[in-house]
Amino acid sequence: MAERPAGTPGETPETSGKSGLTRTLVKFARYTAMRGIALLATVAIGVYISVWIANMGGYVDKLRKAQIQEAVGIQFRGPQYRDMTPSERRILMNDQMQREIERLGLDKPFIGRSFGYLANALTLSLGRTERMTSDTGSKQVRAVLLERLPTTLVLFGTANLITFFGSLFISMFLSRRYGSLLDRASVALAPMSAAPPWFYGIFLILIFASLAGILPYGGMLDAPPPETTLGYMLSVLKHMLLPLLAWTLATIPIAVYARRTFFLIHSSEDYVELAKAKGLRSNTIERRYILRPTLPTIITQFALTLVFAWQGAIITETVFQWPGLGRLLWQAIGLFEVPVIIGSVVIFAYLLALSVFLLDILYALIDPRVKLGAEGRS
Amino acid sequence: MRAFSKILSAIRQYPTVAGSLFIILALIGISVYAMIAIPISEAIILWRGADQVWSDTPRYAQPAWTNIFRSEKLPETFVLRMDDVEGTTETLGEAMWRETTILTFEYKYSRFPAELNFFFDVEYDTREPQVTITWISPDGTERRLFRGSVRKGQRYPISQDTKLSRDFGVLPQVGLLADPETLGGDAEPEVMTGEYGLRIETLTFEEGSSVGGRFIVYGDVYGIAGTDHLRRDLAIGLLWGTPIALMFGLLATIGTTVLGFIIAAFGTWYGGWVDAAIQRITEVNLMLPFLPILIMVGTFYSRSLWVMLAVIIALSIFTAAIKAYRAMFLQVKNSPYIEAARAYGASNTRIIFRYLIPKIIPVLIPNFVLGIPQFVFLEASLSVLGLGDPTLPTWGKILTNAYQGGALYRGYYYWVLEPAVLLIITGLSFSMLGFALDRVFNPRLRGI
Repeated sequence: MAERPAGTPGETPETSGKSGLTRTLVKFARYTAMRGIALLATVAIGVYISVWIANMGGYVDKLRKAQIQEAVGIQFRGPQYRDMTPSERRILMNDQMQREIERLGLDKPFIGRSFGYLANALTLSLGRTERMTSDTGSKQVRAVLLERLPTTLVLFGTANLITFFGSLFISMFLSRRYGSLLDRASVALAPMSAAPPWFYGIFLILIFASLAGILPYGGMLDAPPPETTLGYMLSVLKHMLLPLLAWTLATIPIAVYARRTFFLIHSSEDYVELAKAKGLRSNTIERRYILRPTLPTIITQFALTLVFAWQGAIITETVFQWPGLGRLLWQAIGLFEVPVIIGSVVIFAYLLALSVFLLDILYALIDPRVKLGAEGRS
Repeated sequence: MRAFSKILSAIRQYPTVAGSLFIILALIGISVYAMIAIPISEAIILWRGADQVWSDTPRYAQPAWTNIFRSEKLPETFVLRMDDVEGTTETLGEAMWRETTILTFEYKYSRFPAELNFFFDVEYDTREPQVTITWISPDGTERRLFRGSVRKGQRYPISQDTKLSRDFGVLPQVGLLADPETLGGDAEPEVMTGEYGLRIETLTFEEGSSVGGRFIVYGDVYGIAGTDHLRRDLAIGLLWGTPIALMFGLLATIGTTVLGFIIAAFGTWYGGWVDAAIQRITEVNLMLPFLPILIMVGTFYSRSLWVMLAVIIALSIFTAAIKAYRAMFLQVKNSPYIEAARAYGASNTRIIFRYLIPKIIPVLIPNFVLGIPQFVFLEASLSVLGLGDPTLPTWGKILTNAYQGGALYRGYYYWVLEPAVLLIITGLSFSMLGFALDRVFNPRLRGI
């Protein structure tokens, strides 16, 4: 991890009293702020690299110059220029174009302008789209992108929560029944995660939509959309079932396998044996002696899987025609909508950073070392 | 050697290993066969499907073997060539010859063929030959289908003959093969089974001028894998998809694991700013949206498999794996035998490559095997996004074509299932092997 919470050497944490709480809070706030800044910096570097890739070795500049030329051309078609000779008009047009290019800084080297692009990209002020429009009719890239954000968040927020808590409970349950048929079955099923969610999606569509005909092929709403709020929600839920199932099939087996192994290794630790010897209830042992110390590591692992999860969303949405960011990106590729493609990269970088940030806060809440400000994080 | 046999006996405890090894060997065998049987250049030409390479195959045909499981057989595709039949030739006058050829075939299916087509193959200098084609039904009735002069490369698409469909009120291939009594009513037309004939009379006006041709009855089944929307034989795509998938998976895994491994080793050994730089790069790289960047490269630069492979490797070196390797190397770095190596004056590179890396290689092997299916599926994922290599046939591209061609809506399940089954078999065999190896090489997991 990037930044470590700085702890003053020799400082001992207060065990009780108000000052202990404030000190913890201050440390916590400092940790959160440092993590936030570090993550923002990484996002900025990532987006800056994307800006260089998207410039395509000067191709974008050519594209923008062509746009200027077109705009100037249209401008000079007006009636007030009708009396001019073609050569006069051409000189005037070239002049105007030159001024416009200078105004936008297109005559300067790319490296200088790249920082301006970075700022624009980070604030999503990417101008107007070329062909795509948002459902409300706006041609602003920001509007097109932000309109699709909630649908993606709903589907993949739910999906990731299911994966996280599902795998946690299942692996807890299995490690308790170590060696049982179910346990061995879960180990045998782990290779299922080799295939990505969209792959299971195609099979699920085949079974539930084509053959059985009980669930929709894709999309998010019935046509026409139901009028009541309840009907609307049920319709969305119905369309979410298959993507969620596909996601679960692909992500849960490996997650269960990893956590189960982890729990099993930890349940043979000495302090767990001691707790058992003390005659504590198995529930308490699991919660306090196995889950509690392993949770920080599990959260770190989950943060890493989340990084891949947002990207898996792109194809899963495409296969299920879920009207989210992923499908938008896919459509943008088809239409060669450069601003939307770059905007999607930025949004995905933000999503990644945000999810890692949230998990970091959770980590800080759980890991006592962070609260104490000890140099304990690896 | 002893260690090797110990590993072998440990592996033998896992029955899945034998199964997955067998499948992997079979896949390698298929790859070798594909590369020998169809050279890559030929495969690309066939897959591009230009210049009517696939004129003789039906569209959307299911695999032929599916007929075994059907009580009502689907019609097969067959081709009748004029060259295979001896015609009768007569000289009508100066520079005028007439040749009559009769092509006959037995139609025994209860369903109508998908299409009928006639391709001419004429030779002449300046005067085009005249051709008359007559259809002879099993009950002896005759119907003239075509009369006219024929140019080079001309074809007569019987199924698109609007005059025939007007006459019959149904598609030409239905009208021609139907029992006339079932036509015209409200009931479904039924096939008249029996021996059909096609009489081709040609008039040539030059010495050396000739008329050949082939008549094709397109069915609903073809070959061992069926065909797609462009009439391409899927068997070729599936066959050639095997070496491409394996090679892509293998190269990408070798690139990422080996490079990541070496970089982690150098970082831990030298420590200091080298290590810190690697750590920072990894953090930034983890924040980079991998797939969107691949998409940008695919859209803006090139969709070639090699470019994609290079970008994928470059983006996958500095990931969570490098942190895991680092943790392992840190443990080994302080062990006594490394100190001993240092004491005898071994160079840094020698220590890294001879002492540090070999120690961790067992851990690398399962990771390596588990990485292959991920990259095989990544290639398929890129194809789904329309970023597959434009020339090469891959499983992912077949799957995408099927998906976008509406195979799921229209019931062409074979088209989706064939590449999907191959993908899942490949993925499962490698990942089952990887999981088993993981337990063999990581003693902590043994018995769990």
